[in-house]
Amino acid sequence: MATNKLFFAGSGGQGVLTMGQMVTYAAMYADMNATWLPSYGPEMRGGTANCTVVISTDKPVSCPLIYEADNVVVMNLPSLVKFESLVKPGGNLFINSTLIDQKATRDDINVYYVDAGGIALKLGNARTANVVMLGAVVEVSKVVPVEMIYKIMEKTFSGRKAHLLDINKQAFHAWKPE
Amino acid sequence: MAEKVLMKGNEAFAEAVIRGGVRFYFGYPITPQSEIPEFMSRELPKRGGKFLQAESELGAVNMAYGCGAAGGNAFISSSSPGIALMQEGMSFLCSAEVPLTILNASRGGPGIGSIQPGQADYFQVTRGGGNGDYRIPVFAPASIQEAIDILYDAPALADEWRNPVMILVDGLMGQMMEPVVLPEPKTPVTSADIPKLKPWAISGSEKGQRSVVKSLRLQPEVLEQHVEKLFEKYNRMEQELQKVECDSIEDAEVVFVAFGTMARLAREAMEILQSQGIKAGLIRPISLWPFPYYAFDALTDKTKVVISTELSMGQMIQDVQLGVKGRFPVKLIHRTGGMLPTSIEIVDKTKKILEEVR
Repeated sequence: MATNKLFFAGSGGQGVLTMGQMVTYAAMYADMNATWLPSYGPEMRGGTANCTVVISTDKPVSCPLIYEADNVVVMNLPSLVKFESLVKPGGNLFINSTLIDQKATRDDINVYYVDAGGIALKLGNARTANVVMLGAVVEVSKVVPVEMIYKIMEKTFSGRKAHLLDINKQAFHAWKPE
Repeated sequence: MAEKVLMKGNEAFAEAVIRGGVRFYFGYPITPQSEIPEFMSRELPKRGGKFLQAESELGAVNMAYGCGAAGGNAFISSSSPGIALMQEGMSFLCSAEVPLTILNASRGGPGIGSIQPGQADYFQVTRGGGNGDYRIPVFAPASIQEAIDILYDAPALADEWRNPVMILVDGLMGQMMEPVVLPEPKTPVTSADIPKLKPWAISGSEKGQRSVVKSLRLQPEVLEQHVEKLFEKYNRMEQELQKVECDSIEDAEVVFVAFGTMARLAREAMEILQSQGIKAGLIRPISLWPFPYYAFDALTDKTKVVISTELSMGQMIQDVQLGVKGRFPVKLIHRTGGMLPTSIEIVDKTKKILEEVR
């Protein structure tokens, strides 16, 4: 892998910006080059939220903006409709099947239906749905080392939040490929 | 080396100028840089500095003028229409030779415009905006780390030249996060140091030495002499402050010229063209004034066309033409109003241009 482009989309509050940041932190800890770019502007208010992460192993990231992505995560239906076309041929599309009952329309990409909300609920914390999804992305794409995701989790869930570390690690490994 | 941290542009810019010695911030909020005053209001008081939200951009720049005249290291930031209001003060600061660090997160214009990235303020920042014969060095970084390095050095550079220095970014860079290394904080100047370090400043000397910091010179003979003196300084700046990065230009058939955010898109377009066997290169001006005209002298006869790649209707292209001196055709690829092209869009347009010029 020289460059890997990831795109995370959903509605505000679904943790899409956090997913992207965790991957970016993990890439940084693994001595890779990375950029994280959120959508910003009027459309953020009440609409879709998304962020773009570009990871490069061998040189600085040329461009933080993308025209296609190796890995696209959609957490709600409007994001699937809008961003399915962004996946590059042969790339991966991760669909949050808890909230999206439609299927992908393309057959030149790999599609993963992840019941992120359902799995998180079974674990006992619905708010870890984005971490379940992140686990699926990292498991499939191998874009960053799992230990580096642990490292950012350990930094994030410390002090007052320390009790959330275990459940997040569980959530990260909860999804299994079929 | 210090540990890498992941930082959002706006916070990194603010942290970098504090580490560079700034202790006074005057500002008025405007998207897409309002996180800078927010950061300053939180952080400056902790580090012995002062944050002051002015009643307007005009208020902010004139407070900074007063602060700088007294020897303080001041910083102001705004975005395009706010910078327009501040430019009256910038002319005064240049005339009075008062240092100041300025950040402009430029957005789509004209008018109030949009909050998305724009580069249509190229004329505004390189050609004045304020009145009279004056110059302000303008640097346009293309990554958060480069912005940090430039902002860290900016207060000392402004002091050295006794002139405002501007850093031009945009909202995309302000919102983006990249891993960065922060430089060691400099020891800030104290009131006791100022008479020694800045003998020209109005520092309240006890020995009856009189400092005068002013921009009013009613006698034309005196003003002419003063402006001539300023231009001796600006001429030296032109020699010493040019900064540029060139990539793969020696045998390039097509050479992009781009700065800031657009340079990152142009770089990817260059790489895509190279992967398709088309020899492409990039000239990335880091200083917009003084513009690195000399970089174009390195282009060889292999070059077929130079393409100014801009987020405006074409402003830098005038400097590109001055640098090219008629040796090659100069074309424009652009979007404006806050719209960004994709790198593929740049590639496609470049191929069309190449067909025309071949």
